[in-house]
Amino acid sequence: MSGPHLHTGVAGNPRSPIHRLDPRTKLIGLAGVTFVVVTTPLPAWPVYLACALALATVATLAGVSPRTLWSRAKVVLPLVLFVAVFVPFFRGGEQLDLGPVHVSKEGLETFATVSVKALLGTLSAVLLGATTSFPDVLHALERLKAPKLLVLIAAFMYRYLFTIVDEVQRMRAALAARGYAPKHALQVQAIGRVATALFLRTYERAERVHLAMLARGWRQTMPRLDTLAYTRADALFLAALATPLLAIRVLL
Amino acid sequence: MSCAIHARDLRFTYPNGVTGLAGLDLRITHGERVAVLGPNGAGKTTLMLHLNALLTGSGELEVAGLRDGHDDVRDLRARVGLIFQDPDDQLFMPTVREDVAFGPLNLGLSKPEVQDRVTRALTAVRMDAHGERAPHQLSLGQRRRVAIASVLAMDPSLLVLDEPSANLDPRTRRELIETLDQIDRTLLIVTHDLPLAAALCERAVLLSGGRIVADRPTLDLLADEPLLAAHDLELPDGFDLRLMSR
Repeated sequence: MSGPHLHTGVAGNPRSPIHRLDPRTKLIGLAGVTFVVVTTPLPAWPVYLACALALATVATLAGVSPRTLWSRAKVVLPLVLFVAVFVPFFRGGEQLDLGPVHVSKEGLETFATVSVKALLGTLSAVLLGATTSFPDVLHALERLKAPKLLVLIAAFMYRYLFTIVDEVQRMRAALAARGYAPKHALQVQAIGRVATALFLRTYERAERVHLAMLARGWRQTMPRLDTLAYTRADALFLAALATPLLAIRVLL
Repeated sequence: MSCAIHARDLRFTYPNGVTGLAGLDLRITHGERVAVLGPNGAGKTTLMLHLNALLTGSGELEVAGLRDGHDDVRDLRARVGLIFQDPDDQLFMPTVREDVAFGPLNLGLSKPEVQDRVTRALTAVRMDAHGERAPHQLSLGQRRRVAIASVLAMDPSLLVLDEPSANLDPRTRRELIETLDQIDRTLLIVTHDLPLAAALCERAVLLSGGRIVADRPTLDLLADEPLLAAHDLELPDGFDLRLMSR
C-alpha cells in the first residue's frame, strides 16, 4: 500500500494548505458550514449558494476532485434522501397533477431544500474525511473535549475494523470451501453461528488487548506524542469561512 | 547483578478450576537467555502473565528486583516487557510511531526523550521507515518486529516473548532470530519452536503440568528424545542438533 496517502480515506494533494491545517480548525469550520446550512430557513437559497461556494473553494484548494467527493457522498446520500422523498406526496396545499399521482407544490419545495441541506451537509463531512486522516479527527475531538470514552471507542473501532473484516472474510471463505450456499431461509443458521463465533473472538481479543495495554503501563488515558498547533493559517481559514457565511445567514 | 526472576512454589488456579501453575520454582539470573518449552496447556502463558503482575497467584515471586504483591506494578511493568503472541493484540494505536510511543509516554518521559526512544527502538528492529503506517498495513513479520520495538522503547531489563516465531515463513523467521540475537537483555522466550530455542538460548526449562520438570543447557535438553516425547515435544524432521555449535 505504498503511495502518497498512508492513511485510508485521505484524498487530494496531501501537501495542500487545507490538508496542513490543524484538524481542529477543519472540524470546527466544516461542522460550522453544516450548522449554517441546517439552521437556515427553508427558502433562503442565497445562503445555500454561499455554503456551496465555500465548500467548492475548500475542495479546490485541497485538490479533491468532484468525482472523489461524489463517489463518497453517494454512499450516504440515498439513505438521507429516502426520508425526504415521501414529503411531496403527503403534504397538503396546492396540488400539482403529474399523470397518475398528485404531489403537493409546497411539499416539492420542502423536498428540494431538504435535499440541498442533506447534500451540503454530506459534502462537508466528506471533505473533512478527504483532507484529514481519521486519527487526526479523533485527536481533534479529544482536544475539543469530546467525551474521552467515545473517542477511545472510535479509535479502537478504526484500528480493529480491518482485523475483524479479515476474520469475517476468512470465515466466509471457510464456509464456501465446504460447499455452503444457502438456498432457503432455514440454511442461514450457519451465518448466525459465524456471527456468534465472531463476537466471541472479538471479545477474547478485547481482553488480550487490555492485558497488552496494562503490560505497557496504561493509565486510563491515551497518551499523545504529537501536539496540535493552531497557527495563523488556521485563524485565517476560520475567518474566511465564517465571516461571509454568517453575514449572509444573519442579513437574510 | 540481582536475580532477574526468582519464583518459589508459585501456584495459580483459574476461576474455572483449571490449574495454571502448580508449585513452580524458577531462578533466572541477569543477562541469561532462557527458553521456556512445554506442551499446550503447560502453564507457559500463565507464567508469562505473572511476570507482569497481570495474574497473581500464591507463592513467592521476585522479578527484576521487585517483589510481586509488595512493590508498585507500574515499576514492574516498566522493567519487564511482555511481547504477546498475536501482534494485533499488542499494536492498538492508529500508527506504528504512536504505538511505540505508548509505553514510554505512560512512563511519564518527556516528549523529546520519547521521540528519541521511538526512533532507536524502530531502528533496532529495522522498521524506522514505517513509522507513519497503520499496523494493519504491515505484514505479520513486520508487525511482530514493531511489537518488539514497542516494548524495547520502554527500555526493560527483562524481555519476555510469547511464541515469537508462530506463523512466520522461514525467511521472516530467520530475520526475527537475527533481530532478537542483537538484543542485549535478559530474554525469556516461550516457544514450541525448538530450533529457535537452540539458536537463541543457552538454557532451556521444560514446563509441564504447571511446574518445571527439566532445567538444562538447551542442547542437552533437546538431545533427550524420551524426555521431549513424554511432554509432546519433538524436533522437526531432519534437524541435526550436532550442527548447532555454540
